[in-house]
Amino acid sequence: MNAIQTESLTKYYGKSRGIIDVNLTVPEGDFFGFIGPNGAGKSTTIRTLLGFISPTKGKAEIFGKDIRSKKVEILSRVGYMPSEAAFYHNMKVREVIRYSAALRGIDCDQEAKRLCSRLELDTEKKISELSLGNRKKVSIVCALQHEPTLCILDEPTSGLDPLMQREFYTILEEFNEKGTTIFLSSHVLSEVQRHCKHAAVIRDGQILVSDSIDNLGQSHTKRVALRGIDTLPQLEGVRNLEQNGDAVNFLYGGRLDELLKTLSGLPLTDVNITEPDLEEIFIHYYSKEEER
Amino acid sequence: MVVLRHELRQEKKVLAIWTAVIAFMLGLCILIYPEMKSQMSEISGMFADMGSFSAAFGMDRINFGEFSGYFSVECGNILGLGGAFFAALCGISSLVKEEKEGTAEFLLSHPVSRRKIIGEKLLAVLLQIVILNAAVVGVTALSVAVIGETPDTKAFALLFLAYLMLQIETAAICFGLSAFIGREGIGIGLGLAALFYFMNIIANLTEEARFLKYITPFGYTEGADIIADGRIEGKYLAVGLVLMAAGIIAAFYRYGKKDIV
Repeated sequence: MNAIQTESLTKYYGKSRGIIDVNLTVPEGDFFGFIGPNGAGKSTTIRTLLGFISPTKGKAEIFGKDIRSKKVEILSRVGYMPSEAAFYHNMKVREVIRYSAALRGIDCDQEAKRLCSRLELDTEKKISELSLGNRKKVSIVCALQHEPTLCILDEPTSGLDPLMQREFYTILEEFNEKGTTIFLSSHVLSEVQRHCKHAAVIRDGQILVSDSIDNLGQSHTKRVALRGIDTLPQLEGVRNLEQNGDAVNFLYGGRLDELLKTLSGLPLTDVNITEPDLEEIFIHYYSKEEER
Repeated sequence: MVVLRHELRQEKKVLAIWTAVIAFMLGLCILIYPEMKSQMSEISGMFADMGSFSAAFGMDRINFGEFSGYFSVECGNILGLGGAFFAALCGISSLVKEEKEGTAEFLLSHPVSRRKIIGEKLLAVLLQIVILNAAVVGVTALSVAVIGETPDTKAFALLFLAYLMLQIETAAICFGLSAFIGREGIGIGLGLAALFYFMNIIANLTEEARFLKYITPFGYTEGADIIADGRIEGKYLAVGLVLMAAGIIAAFYRYGKKDIV
């Protein structure tokens, strides 16, 4: 069964675009990254899935259940972390965590305590005294304390320091190993590349690509860095050409033998041919979109 | 009833302040009555003779020299206006504050249906109003006992009942309204309470504007009528009950599918 499945999910806010024909499939047990720049439609997709907003068109299912008619049932299995962690400012951390558990009608003191100590969260502090990073931690505890089967996390690491980010991902990976599906949005590609199994790229409200991280990285494109020349001879398949002194950098999507044939005739002092990182592929998808 | 409990805990300070201020003011007005009474016989005539000003506050139809007359005017100003403002604020902010403070996402991401949230929040608003009024009635009874007056219990009970209905109606209308407005709309509630109050004053002033009494809940809380007639004006109250129901239905209907962004 799929944890999340959407079909032509569309949301317009009045006339302005939210998301258009979003088709997403997130298998159960996956660690899924949802990538896109600000305003691309990541939060709109997530908010629609959780029922904060109703879709204009299309449908979505979580664990095979319709998000509109079975909302409460779905939410009892989901842990959600909003991008902006806002809580009742006059409450203590402990009280917010308790309230969250009470709204779910379950006692998760044990798990909450475990998470708080791992995240080094002081539960006696008032929400109004907390920094953004610490509010994020409260959000993490509220999203995970009931041991959900699906975590939907909207830009979870923004505001967390690097050490906490690492701890956070360790926790997520532990949950994932126990079977929890993780669905997180981010505009930080490196973290998605490092932790996720699959990813989808959204832009201007539309999904550009959805595939495994391995496949996304293994497009036929190579990153080529050369030294010793200041101009590159004419070659099919060169993109994003940058020349800087005696260095030439570009993305190459053509035939490898053609590339090597051309390179062999050049007075090079250094050659580097690597897999481009996800960021470059990301930009590559964007530029393709712009060319259309 | 988790949401209800949370609401009451969240609002307890605000409720305590409003209750204390209204009860204190009303208690004070009662306690100074014996001193006022000696001068009242002269003032009473003057109050009743100020033409349209007297009519606006219903002072032309009551005897200011009697405790019940004095109380009905003071009560109208303190509990009527104060209570209406409190009720409006409670009603309008109950749902909207979650959006304003960014906690709506937190609340709605839990497995609780919107209908249940609306229901419990509405109940919390009603409970707060009942608590405020119970405290005010208590303080009034105590103060009246202190000054040794023995007012007409039935008329007083009707007066307090009318004010309770006024507050519940105002809160319900604002509650319904809040489902339509954005996060910056809390001021609308206070504006509406003030509008209701002035509508009644205008309705008291001229015959042509008398129809406004149907719209404003202050129409059925007129102390002069309740004390003199010994009953709440049914036709005004009936419209009030309809508006109250409309507010509640609107809240359930609209907030049930409102986009929370």
